[in-house]
Amino acid sequence: MLKKVLSVVLALATLLTLCVAFSSCEKKGNENLKVGFIFLHDDTSTYDKNFMNGANEAKKALGLKDEQVIFKYPIEEGKACYDAAADLVDQGCNIVFADSFGHEEWMIKAAKEFKDVQFCHATGVKAHTEKLDNYHNAFASIYEGRYLAGIAAGMKLNEMIAAGKFKAEEAVIGYVGAFPYAEVVSGYTSFFLGARSVCPTATMMVDFTNSWYSVDAERDVAETLISKGAKLISQHADSMGAPSVCEKNGVPNVFYNGDTMATCPNTYLIASRINWAPYFEYMINCVKDGKKIDIDWTGTIATGSVVVEVLNDKVAAQGTKEALEKATADLKAGKLHVFDTKTFTVDGKEVTSYLADVDDFGDFKGETEAIKDGYFHESEYRSAPYFDLRIDGITDLSKK
Amino acid sequence: MKDAAALQKREKGEPLFHITKRAEIVWWKAWLIRLAAIAASLIVCAVISLLLGDINPFSFFGSMLNGAFGTARRCWNLFYELAILLSISLAVTPAFKMRFWNIGAEGQALIGGLATAACMYYFGGRIPTPLLFVVMIAASILAGMIWAVIPAVFKAFWNTNETLFTLMMNYVAIQLVTFMINFWVTSGSGTLPPMSAYALPTVGNAWILNILVVALLTVAVYIYLRFSKHGYELSVVGESENTALYVGINVKKVIIRTMLLSGALCGVTGLLLVGGTDHTISTSTVGGRGFTAIMVSWLGRFNPLFMVLTSFLLAFLKAGANQVSNDYKMNGSISDIITAVILFFVIGCEFFIQYRIAFRKHGKEEK
Repeated sequence: MLKKVLSVVLALATLLTLCVAFSSCEKKGNENLKVGFIFLHDDTSTYDKNFMNGANEAKKALGLKDEQVIFKYPIEEGKACYDAAADLVDQGCNIVFADSFGHEEWMIKAAKEFKDVQFCHATGVKAHTEKLDNYHNAFASIYEGRYLAGIAAGMKLNEMIAAGKFKAEEAVIGYVGAFPYAEVVSGYTSFFLGARSVCPTATMMVDFTNSWYSVDAERDVAETLISKGAKLISQHADSMGAPSVCEKNGVPNVFYNGDTMATCPNTYLIASRINWAPYFEYMINCVKDGKKIDIDWTGTIATGSVVVEVLNDKVAAQGTKEALEKATADLKAGKLHVFDTKTFTVDGKEVTSYLADVDDFGDFKGETEAIKDGYFHESEYRSAPYFDLRIDGITDLSKK
Repeated sequence: MKDAAALQKREKGEPLFHITKRAEIVWWKAWLIRLAAIAASLIVCAVISLLLGDINPFSFFGSMLNGAFGTARRCWNLFYELAILLSISLAVTPAFKMRFWNIGAEGQALIGGLATAACMYYFGGRIPTPLLFVVMIAASILAGMIWAVIPAVFKAFWNTNETLFTLMMNYVAIQLVTFMINFWVTSGSGTLPPMSAYALPTVGNAWILNILVVALLTVAVYIYLRFSKHGYELSVVGESENTALYVGINVKKVIIRTMLLSGALCGVTGLLLVGGTDHTISTSTVGGRGFTAIMVSWLGRFNPLFMVLTSFLLAFLKAGANQVSNDYKMNGSISDIITAVILFFVIGCEFFIQYRIAFRKHGKEEK
């Protein structure tokens, strides 16, 4: 009997807390602009930290107050994303942004339900086919940044060859990829093409962790690559797994989404990064001014969305800075195309036509001709990368 | 007489305090100790948050409450989380009561979810929807049972260590999910798009169905453990296998039967997670709840009704602690710290409920 009384008391206490909580939540600010951000991990993930930095930068630039910017993390790629988006809408957000590929389906679900709120999603592929007024994709032509980082890597290889550390034909780059998905393929291929543009004997080995963030898996893959003869390591995965292995083994490392100068001072070479602040400012300004946000927005070197992080002079080869400046200017001027079909072959042949899978209907079949004017038009028909050609010179270890 | 005894004791160098097992404790005393523990843990949390993040303790607790109950949606999510956690906890409880350490609930629920997802993937749109639901339910329960019965058979016939066996089965299940996703999703994005067209129907809103199913299961498991012959048998096996043998209980049969039940319930959880809410599967679908369930079950003393409270506590901590880390822009570690501190006190206080600490008397008469 007493137990029953107790359970009733507890239930009432719970109800009371509920009421208090509800009533305390009634008051809302008068600000008419509120932006909600959904991140896959907390700031220990370099990928998410980069987005958070961008959001804070945009907040500062636009003079938004603390309560006008809400972060939610860690939000898994599943229903949790929809719940988070709906919760942000409940809190009065006019814009909800999510940062991970697997969030897309759930963002679309939320966009269909909350028509007055703008939903923006990084790395997604479906906005241009879903055709919703309030759902938008965004990405940046990060392949340009990776190409530049590749130049720095190639020059480092040249320096090591010249110093007699290994023979020219042993200039093997190791690449730690997350998934064998177009975004990663486009990234490592552009990096490789950048490296080979200065070090013609360079080849590359790629292996995948099948996870965007796994310290252990990235460390293991990096160790395997080094043991198989990789002289320089780069990555498209979000943890510090690979850089820490490089620092331990004295292998130069090209990072992504931030620099590791502080933790890996002896091996960090350079990094490329997407700066999300320009997009965040753009999307917030659009809502503020009542303008439409682009269905698909691609940031470039010119918009300030693609940046190359600080070059480590201690590791970099001589003349790297100048070479990067020249290449950057050429990219901006449109004189240099990363995926110039004269610079690579597939199965020994130059590629003259390729149907890319731009419209993602789940069929994984290409429908858009991407090669025109002698180069592959990456990130033009939609913001997210769709270059997925497997070019000669790159060995996929997962296929062996 | 007592005075003399006490004096004698003191002369022999009685320690400052000693610990004795309590014969029994009045229910309100036990709850008083629990409430005191929660209060103490909250104070420690407040001090930690003040030191780490310079957070005012009141806004800290406000943030926790807000995270759990701030909006109607948050309340629903809280009760949903409670329900899912409770359903896995219900699944492990019969096995625990039998002293069979099933720490493979994570894998058993995941494999149930995988079976559900497979049915949705292969049969969705190809067979009538009601039939699909029947197949999904059957497949998920069967998959959970298979995953649970393998270690049970090995335990029953060859006395293998079930703790290690069930733990290892988790990893097999996780790898199997990874494999199937890579098999189904050839683009290699690593995520299976939700198959919402073939999801279980919703009752009222997206949460109620799951909550109802778990409420029914709670009552059913309570009755099973408390009033059925099976429930009695498994607790006898748990107390002493020899006694069970002596009274003519077939121990092997009980072990296998109980684990089949445990696995079936985990399978149902997988069904609810995949068919009811996520509509897709990933390696994190169960999200560690299979391990948290062990704590829920123990803290609830294997009583399904108490487990409602312990699940509530854990679901509340998860939502509240997350809100704290988001509100104060701190990383996930702060929510882990808060959860750990509170659990430390809550689990620790059970010691004071089981044992009494008697301090050395200073000439005072013992009652």
